[in-house]
Amino acid sequence: MMLSRVASNLYWMSRYVERAENTARVLDVTWRMSMLVKEQRLQDQEWFAPLNITGTLFPFSGRHNVVCAREVLHFMAFDPENPSSIYACARTARENARAVRGSITSEMWEVLNTTWLEMQQMDEEKMTQRGVSTFFEWVKDRSHLFRGVTFGTMRRDEAYHFARLGTHLERSDNTARILDVKYHILLPSVKDVGGAVDYYQWSAVLRSVSAFEAYRKAYRDVITPIKLAELLILRADIPRSLHFCIRQTHDTLQFLKNAQAEETLHRAGELLAALQYGKISEIFAQGLHEYLTAFLKSTQQLSNGVQKSFFAPSVVE
Amino acid sequence: MPPPILYNEMFQGDRTVRPHYAAFADWLKETPPERIAQNRHAADLLFHRVGITFAVYGEASGTERLIPFDLVPHVLPGKDWDHLARGISQRITALNRFLADVYHGQDIVRAGRIPYEQIAGNPQFREEMIGVHVPGGIYAHVAGIDIVRHSDGKYYVLEDNLRTPSGVSYMLENRKMMMRLFPELFARQHIRPVDHYPDLLLETLRELAPQGEEATIVLLTPGHYNSAYFEHAFLAQQMGVELVEGQDLFVQNNTVFMRTTQGPQRVDVIYRRIDDDFLDPQAFRPDSMLGVPGLLSAYRAGRVALANAIGTGVADDKSMYPYVPEMIRFYLGEEPILENVPTYTLRKEDDLKYVLDHLAELVVKEAQGSGGYGMLVGPTASSDERERYRQRILDAPERFIAQPTLSLSLVPTFCGDKLCDRHIDLRPYVLTGSQVRLAPGGLTRVALREGSLVVNSSQGGGVKDTWVVD
Repeated sequence: MMLSRVASNLYWMSRYVERAENTARVLDVTWRMSMLVKEQRLQDQEWFAPLNITGTLFPFSGRHNVVCAREVLHFMAFDPENPSSIYACARTARENARAVRGSITSEMWEVLNTTWLEMQQMDEEKMTQRGVSTFFEWVKDRSHLFRGVTFGTMRRDEAYHFARLGTHLERSDNTARILDVKYHILLPSVKDVGGAVDYYQWSAVLRSVSAFEAYRKAYRDVITPIKLAELLILRADIPRSLHFCIRQTHDTLQFLKNAQAEETLHRAGELLAALQYGKISEIFAQGLHEYLTAFLKSTQQLSNGVQKSFFAPSVVE
Repeated sequence: MPPPILYNEMFQGDRTVRPHYAAFADWLKETPPERIAQNRHAADLLFHRVGITFAVYGEASGTERLIPFDLVPHVLPGKDWDHLARGISQRITALNRFLADVYHGQDIVRAGRIPYEQIAGNPQFREEMIGVHVPGGIYAHVAGIDIVRHSDGKYYVLEDNLRTPSGVSYMLENRKMMMRLFPELFARQHIRPVDHYPDLLLETLRELAPQGEEATIVLLTPGHYNSAYFEHAFLAQQMGVELVEGQDLFVQNNTVFMRTTQGPQRVDVIYRRIDDDFLDPQAFRPDSMLGVPGLLSAYRAGRVALANAIGTGVADDKSMYPYVPEMIRFYLGEEPILENVPTYTLRKEDDLKYVLDHLAELVVKEAQGSGGYGMLVGPTASSDERERYRQRILDAPERFIAQPTLSLSLVPTFCGDKLCDRHIDLRPYVLTGSQVRLAPGGLTRVALREGSLVVNSSQGGGVKDTWVVD
């Protein structure tokens, strides 16, 4: 039993930490990829991807004329007006945590507070000086630290589970988006198969979700699109796969469920079953993009369900 | 007239160290200045990291500031504290008896000891509370009593804070910081512990509910823009109770519930840190977004307990303060252990005349003021300021009180790298349930500007750890 307002703050706190990390991952991979491309026009082309993944191309183009490294990095890392920027995520996560300081451990609060204090000291110039990747490493480290501290200090009560729920829903959403934006390079095609460009693209996708080494261990094989998609969608043992995230989401909901959450839990169960028994060949047959679009719609419904059944429960008044 | 000889808490007149400061003075002598400087820096960083801040009104929203923390503690000998504790307990007991009397028989008025206008004309008086039974007949469960030491070496009560006194979290955090930075100081001498304060508070709150251990207790905060939000969150966490905002609560069938992830949950005791005016928009200010509609009627029906009770403010404004010794004599049949600062009540003609003739020597305060705002410090004010203040007094004399300028005692305090003497006051916290409970010490506030007597954090004051040593 906990306050609905508190549960909502905990859930969003975790979502925003996860979102900041994911944004850093996507930007970092894009940055590295764009370094590989020699021609400026193609280099700039790369920078559509992070905007597409986060679904922020529209707000971006309202504020910028050209898509290029400098503009996208500013918009997605430092722009206080962009609610999804790393800067804004750090601010919102900290605000959420501040509103529920009584429900998190002091270690968790200190991590988010320090992150925010340090984030305010950062800007593009300092990022370039220190190395662009160094900045993204820092964001990832802060997120790792936050998760570790959450895992290591928090009582396994409702507060903990609401925080975890936020993490896994946000992460499943993100993995699906990365796959969706890159789906064209995952489509088996005769042209360029095994080519150098594809290899780098595929490995970039894997690295963006820290699954490159996991892939090698799991398949002991060269990277193929089918296996890559299987790894990130269906494997139960990859912490950023859709299967893993939805299992966590489902189990957490089972723990948290109240009278109003039946429908949401049911939906999560269906989604999990589909992932548990799904076959990658069938997914490709259906069309990867179509599959991912449907998946994103389902997680959106889950997220709305969580909102309705826990954060705005109807009371008999 | 020679300037008064100020009382220095650490040094005697000949600059020899007072015995209860000896252990600290020895330590100070043998500790390299670099280590002290290092630790002062470490303390700043730690306070920042932990986020022990207060929000500042009147500045851009969300502005948070650290309260400057000074490493030199305010040390009191055990016997001084025991005397203070007896005096404070006596005072709070009388104040609680007075509050019960105000809302029931008003015997003290009928006995002619306090004029009726003092009560009825007090904006903090709540007619809605007349005849309402509150648990144990206690109104002020949590109070902060401001104490100063004058140049005569005696302690005086400066103010009773009975509404929602704050600062106790600093008392606890300051102690934690000192123990973390200078453990050897605590090994050398016996300093009475204060960290059980949250337990004492929880016990006191539990006693308000008939269910005791089973009772659902919450702490009601105006939210994270409030200047004392850190303290609200801190206390809720330390006691293991929910920190709620008005929007989390609702009243149904005269019963208070909170909105939880598992549906509505009944609430038995509310430690509220919201002023009366904002507590229930149906009963008090209709524009309040902080309160809970219907709370007053649930409270009057005895379905929920509040700490502190609604209407306690009637006993703690500056115009009621001069009567507290009288309350002690009337209700307890005892002589006050602690003295009041002599106070002129400007609604009395003689007092008004005296004050207007001696503005340059006195401190004049608004009866309803707080935070050190809106006061006139006669000796340091310009003649222009005094004239303007004179007009305000003449417009509404009943709104003011005046006191002689007190020579608050001094404690050495770091200014830059060296020690300078600075004025302090002390706010001990007192809890009242089935018995009176005090944590030994309190929050020592220090005026950081040379010669300044204003210790309020909102006006650039700092804080110190307070040690009661045996």
